[in-house]
Amino acid sequence: MNKKLWIASAGLFILLGLVLLAGCSKKQASNEQEEGAATPKATATIDPSTVGSVQGTIKFEGTAPKPVKIDMSQDPACKGTNTSEDMVVDNGNLANVFVYVKDGLDNYSFEPPKDPVKIDQDGCRYHPHVLGVMAGQTVEVVNSDPTTHNIHPTPKDNREWNESQPPKAAPIDKSFARQEIMLPVKCNQHPWMKMYISVVKTPFFAVTDKDGKFEIKGLPPGTYTVAAVQEKLGEQDQKITIAPKGSQTVDFTFKPGGASAAAMGD
Amino acid sequence: MLVACATFLLLIAGALVTSNDAGLSVPDWPTSFGSLYKLPRMVGGVKFEHGHRMVAELVGLLTIILAVWTWRVDRRGWVRKLGIAALATVVAQGILGGITVLFYLPPAVSTAHATLAQTFFCIVVVLALVTGRGWTEAPRMELAESHRLPLTRLATVAAASVYVQLILGAGFRHSGIKLLPHLVSAIVVTTLVLWTITRVLASYGSVAALRRPAVVLMALLVTQLGLGFAAYLTRVQWGQDAVQPEMPMIVSTVAHVAVGALVLASAVVLAMQAWRHMGRAQENKAISPSHLRKAVNA
Repeated sequence: MNKKLWIASAGLFILLGLVLLAGCSKKQASNEQEEGAATPKATATIDPSTVGSVQGTIKFEGTAPKPVKIDMSQDPACKGTNTSEDMVVDNGNLANVFVYVKDGLDNYSFEPPKDPVKIDQDGCRYHPHVLGVMAGQTVEVVNSDPTTHNIHPTPKDNREWNESQPPKAAPIDKSFARQEIMLPVKCNQHPWMKMYISVVKTPFFAVTDKDGKFEIKGLPPGTYTVAAVQEKLGEQDQKITIAPKGSQTVDFTFKPGGASAAAMGD
Repeated sequence: MLVACATFLLLIAGALVTSNDAGLSVPDWPTSFGSLYKLPRMVGGVKFEHGHRMVAELVGLLTIILAVWTWRVDRRGWVRKLGIAALATVVAQGILGGITVLFYLPPAVSTAHATLAQTFFCIVVVLALVTGRGWTEAPRMELAESHRLPLTRLATVAAASVYVQLILGAGFRHSGIKLLPHLVSAIVVTTLVLWTITRVLASYGSVAALRRPAVVLMALLVTQLGLGFAAYLTRVQWGQDAVQPEMPMIVSTVAHVAVGALVLASAVVLAMQAWRHMGRAQENKAISPSHLRKAVNA
């Protein structure tokens, strides 16, 4: 090949590289906006004597997918049996749904609790599978397994990190600065290990138990949007009004594939 | 040839890392879990990621030997420079691999890492080709071009299109772009490669230096199209909701990457042979395809 052809080929490859770099850097850009989030002006205070609550049940309508057995033979230290947790349905009740007050609390400001929330890695799975935490609150990650894990949150709006944690290592304490619903967390050493952390600015959130039930207490009287978010089925919203000392029941029903466009990606 | 084979293994090791979603199972670089020499427990994703690093170190070492050897032994300046280019590429590739770990697999960097891997593989395949007896001892054939679009250019464009296709495939695999560009490009690449193969077999079928890579390229292209379809089914259609990487997806996607590298290498070898035997041919001196056929038949 002559010199000109070599130069032309090298130029083509460099050009392709530049096009790729320009076109594919969306992931980096999204992580740059960590600071400077506008925080709402808090003017209102909560009168504890008037607060109410909202509770309900999340239902699943249709044939629930059977849990898939996970093959953990890649690591002999992962003992026991493990099944998929992306849709846990018991008698039509949907567990692991994150429910929170999405709108209506802009006039209030909340400090994150001093107590940390805990994630345990036990049996090569995360406990819990879905966790709610306030922005700025400490998340304490512990490893109860006799094997090393790496904890790797892949947020869109918070700072990404990835740390390994050997057996019996000290807990890893982290916090997330910005609100982000269903932030995926995974272990790259054990690729079946997945969980979600929902970071919110208020303390008004809950995760449904195995009976699909949730309860959010201490809400000041007012009109709110309550959202229920499931990792595969997406989000549903409902408007509610809480009277002074009132109690409101809100039920949600998810259907298979009904909200695929809003499903939580990882 | 040894470096080329080791590099092919390295490509497979790298593809296994991606298919097993194990790219960040070792969170640090250049150390592995804080050590440069201690072997971590090779379980789960670590066996893929650290295994990839170990094969990469072997290839790096072999490339240093190759570059020094070529510089000392080969008299051709461009071959010596190619040896140095191989060394520079493998160093850059190692750094890119480190950057992609430290920055949590940004699609652009991971795609560049995958692309540079293919580039490095091509360089060592070319080095194996031009330092082999088939190149150094066999005389140039000075074949004539029989068409308006010379085979040299056609084969070069075909090889470049395969390279672009591999970039698009890597972009999709590392979540940087959608699948459609890779699919559209597959049609273009298939057309160009088939056109090149047909031209070689129709006009220069008796020239072993051209026929052999063309036949190999044909077989690899068919295999690659089948593997591409299998990878689409196992990853895009059936694997979307998989709770963990499943064996059919791993096998089909890794094979698709590996055979893709072989398609590129074969296309580059064919282009190199075309330039060698036809690139400098003068129309009046060269052997025309019709004369070639007559000569062979006689």
